[in-house]
Amino acid sequence: MPFDATALPKAPTGVSGFDNVTLGGLPIGRPTLICGPAGCGKTLFAMTFLVNGATLFSEPGVFMSFEERAADLTANFASLGYDLDGLVAAGKLAIDHVRVERSEIEESGEYDLEGLFVRLGYAVDTIGARRVVLDTIESLFSGFTDPSVLRAELRRLFGWIKDRGLTAIVTGERGDGQLTRQGLEEYVSDCVIQLDNRVEDQITTRRLRIVKYRGSAHGTNEYPFLIDDQGITVLPVTSSGLQRPVSSEIVPSGIPGLDAMLRTGGFYKGSSILLSGVAGTGKTTIGSHFADAACARGQRCMFFVFEEGADEVCRNALSVGLDLKARVGSGLLRFEAARPSLYGLEMHLARMHRDLESFRPDVVVIDPISAFRGPDTEVHATLLRMLDLLKSRGITALFTSLRAGDTQMDGTDCLSSLMDVWIKLSNIEADGERNRTLYVIKSRGMSHSNQVREYRVTDAGIELSEAYVGAEGVLTGAARLNQEARERAAAMRRLQEVARRQREISRRRQALERQIDELRADLQAGEDEARKLIFEEEGHDATLTSDRAALATLRGAAE
Amino acid sequence: MSTRGTQAMDRTADPDAVHLLRLYVAGQTPKSLAAMANLKRFCEDHLPGLYAIEVIDLLEHPELAAGDQILAIPTLVRRLPEPLKRIIGDLSSTEKVLVGLDIRGKGTSP
Repeated sequence: MPFDATALPKAPTGVSGFDNVTLGGLPIGRPTLICGPAGCGKTLFAMTFLVNGATLFSEPGVFMSFEERAADLTANFASLGYDLDGLVAAGKLAIDHVRVERSEIEESGEYDLEGLFVRLGYAVDTIGARRVVLDTIESLFSGFTDPSVLRAELRRLFGWIKDRGLTAIVTGERGDGQLTRQGLEEYVSDCVIQLDNRVEDQITTRRLRIVKYRGSAHGTNEYPFLIDDQGITVLPVTSSGLQRPVSSEIVPSGIPGLDAMLRTGGFYKGSSILLSGVAGTGKTTIGSHFADAACARGQRCMFFVFEEGADEVCRNALSVGLDLKARVGSGLLRFEAARPSLYGLEMHLARMHRDLESFRPDVVVIDPISAFRGPDTEVHATLLRMLDLLKSRGITALFTSLRAGDTQMDGTDCLSSLMDVWIKLSNIEADGERNRTLYVIKSRGMSHSNQVREYRVTDAGIELSEAYVGAEGVLTGAARLNQEARERAAAMRRLQEVARRQREISRRRQALERQIDELRADLQAGEDEARKLIFEEEGHDATLTSDRAALATLRGAAE
Repeated sequence: MSTRGTQAMDRTADPDAVHLLRLYVAGQTPKSLAAMANLKRFCEDHLPGLYAIEVIDLLEHPELAAGDQILAIPTLVRRLPEPLKRIIGDLSSTEKVLVGLDIRGKGTSP
């Protein structure tokens, strides 16, 4: 929303959130009406305005109380850490209790309320007040018989406040058919703020609405607000847009096996991760891993738990080797535990908003979001805003969600389209046992494994192993081990067969080689025989020749 | 501010008790002047010799307004006898003042 510097000057209230909604605070030098039913926080809001004015903005203030005595106010606000006595002593605050007791007053003739003006003027002048609260000025109507005189005087009072340039809060109880019982809105027309305290489904939610704000733009919604030991917090959580800084920084999940399923080795910083699964799939354990890993990196982590106490989560995490208690001790981890039914959805969001503001975590675990019950549209809207809240701060958030039975869709699954990463956990029941598997359904902006992995919760944390995916489906646990054993046996058999074949071949080779040797030996023997014959034959021939020659010689001599 | 004729104070509500009356005004407005005149006349009529009037102008002494829980002007406060009573207005209705101060028939009958 545009903010014009030349617009109406405003006095900041210091109520976190409220100044955002009103783009600066209450109109300076004008009265503002705060109306609402009993117990909605009017007095608190007004006093906070004064105390913050005195302590933060050096604007002293006068609290004119028509209901509570100064001592009661001091005692009541001490619980919020407001030291009213100290402020009064320091001249930063003046409290004037105006007691109107009809039974003590007799009217005789004409009168006006100049005494009120004198008192207020005196208090303002004494401390140099810039702020004034009149709580609840309507009480005057019970003290005086003639309302027409009162109305004229009130009109004069508000004129007087404007003339003096005082920023004033006037409170008024809600009336029938109008904002206040006596129609104060008629006189205070510059700024009207309505507080409300509604009970729906036995859950109370406080809401604030700016009915009108003359001369200024303002948020028009009903904003939830919170009253607790830290005072009032108004939560303008509807303002988030889609323009937010993105980061490609990686935030590991704390489980190496899971990181390995994502190409980037983790989630993008500022992304939201949905971890959905049926009961007993270890959602909180995975969340604990995520938180522990963040702390180990020196980042701050906030753990919102809605079904367990912080100590229970710590104890349970210890069983998988995570010492979350030490992380809490180191100041990096903070648990915020609350029953979902303790407040309305808005209030949870409001608390979360405030906690995020104060702790400024890098990562957040919300366990589980499915604990929020209510009309679907409201749950969805709340979660959407929660998501915006986290994303706009660049917080990486892990949400766990319980799925009822094996149904794909449930109340929070409609959220999945808003999530950047969706990891689904499931139980596979077979062979008389249950085994846990997980797979990444989606992971925006990165490639990821499409495999189903089996994971086991061990003493040393969560360990992922590849699940057996075969013709018979996914096998896990003992079935997977059986299958693996069968495969090992088959492989062994194949190996043995190969060895046997190899042995046979070598035996045959040896047999053949033996035959070859025999044949070769036969051949050798034949050759030797032949050679001998040839040699003998040659010897014979030589003998014959020599014999013939000898005969010829002999014959020749004898003839 | 003016004070007159203070006598011994008796805390019981007997008719002869001294009435210590304080009239708060804010400046010399017609209503204030009327109240002062009416009060003086009333006291002379109904409480002769048994009253003391103190007039406080809040424009001069604004710090005194809170102490007596003054809102309306003029306001007459009966500080004595107890209990404390307040009458607001210009005291033009004598009957109302009589009721307000718990004085009945005094001054008319001896």
